[in-house]
Amino acid sequence: MLIARVVGDLTATQKHPSHEGRKILVVQPLNLDGTNRGDALVALDAVGAGVGDRVLVATDGFAAMTAVGRPPGSPIDMAVIGFIDHVELLPGVS
Amino acid sequence: MYLGRVVGCVWATVKDPNLEGLRMLVVQPVTPDLRNAGKRIVCTDCAGAGAGEVVYWVRSKEASFPFLPQEPPTDATVVGIVDSVHLKAAEAPAANGTPGAEGGGRPRPAGRRPAAKGRPC
Amino acid sequence: MILARVVGTVVATRKDPRLEGKKLLILKPVSPEGHDESGYVVAVDTVGAGNRERVIAVSGSSARMAEGCKDKPVDTAIVGIVDEVHLD
Repeated sequence: MLIARVVGDLTATQKHPSHEGRKILVVQPLNLDGTNRGDALVALDAVGAGVGDRVLVATDGFAAMTAVGRPPGSPIDMAVIGFIDHVELLPGVS
Repeated sequence: MYLGRVVGCVWATVKDPNLEGLRMLVVQPVTPDLRNAGKRIVCTDCAGAGAGEVVYWVRSKEASFPFLPQEPPTDATVVGIVDSVHLKAAEAPAANGTPGAEGGGRPRPAGRRPAAKGRPC
Repeated sequence: MILARVVGTVVATRKDPRLEGKKLLILKPVSPEGHDESGYVVAVDTVGAGNRERVIAVSGSSARMAEGCKDKPVDTAIVGIVDEVHLD
C-alpha cells in the first residue's frame, strides 16, 4: 500500500461497467517526507475521499476490486481504501 | 490505473489466438496535466478508444479481466475514456471534452456514447 | 518476499472495514547486508513486529495468504521477523 494525496478526479462516460458508480480519483503518491514520488495514478474510491486528502492506496488487483465492492474479475488495480490521520516515523527516517 | 493518450494502433496478423479480434492501441502515458510521461506501450482496448483520446488504463493481470472468459495474454488494457480531469490546481486541463485541449480537441456530445465510436487510427 | 525494516506507523481511522484492528506499518526495504534501500511500503502486520525490527514482507496476492488477511484488501503483509541473515 502507498501513501498518496488526492489531487483531482476525472470523469469518463465510456468505461468498463465495473467502474460505474465509483468516483475516479487522481492520486499523487508521496514519499515519507511528503514530496511527490513518481507520476500520479488513477484509483477508484472506496471511502469517499476528496481533493487534498492524504490517503492509503491499495495497488493490488484483488485488494482494490474487493475494496470497491466489485467481484474478482474486474479490471481494477488500484483503490483508495483509507484516510491517513497521521504517520509516525522513527527519528532520522525520510 | 494510469492516464494515457492513444497515439496509434497496432495490427498483427500472426498473434496469440486469444488476441484475435482485440484492438491494440499504442498509448503514451501522461501526467494529470497531460504531459508525456515515460515510454509508449501497447494496450488492448475494451472501451472503444480512438486516436488522440485521453484514456485510463489498467496494468498487470487485471488487464485480461475485461475479456473473460477469454484469457488474452495482455498486461495493459484501456478500460475508460476520460472526459475531463479536475485538478485542485487552476491549470486543470480538459481531456477529450473541450475543444482546444492539448491533444484532445474533439468535441463530444453529452451523454453516453455508442460503443465502438473511436476515431479509427 | 522482501527484507525490510520497520520505520514507522500509519494511523487511519476511516478505512476499509476489513482492515479494522490491523496494524499498518511503514517499511523501508533493506539489502541482505542491512543497508536501507530506496522507497517504502505500507504493510499490514501479522506477526507483532515493532519499530526498527527487520522483517520479511510478502506482496501481491500472496499477501492475503498471511494470517488473518484472507479476503481482505491487503497487498503487502509482514509475515516474519528476521533473526539473522547469513550470507556466503
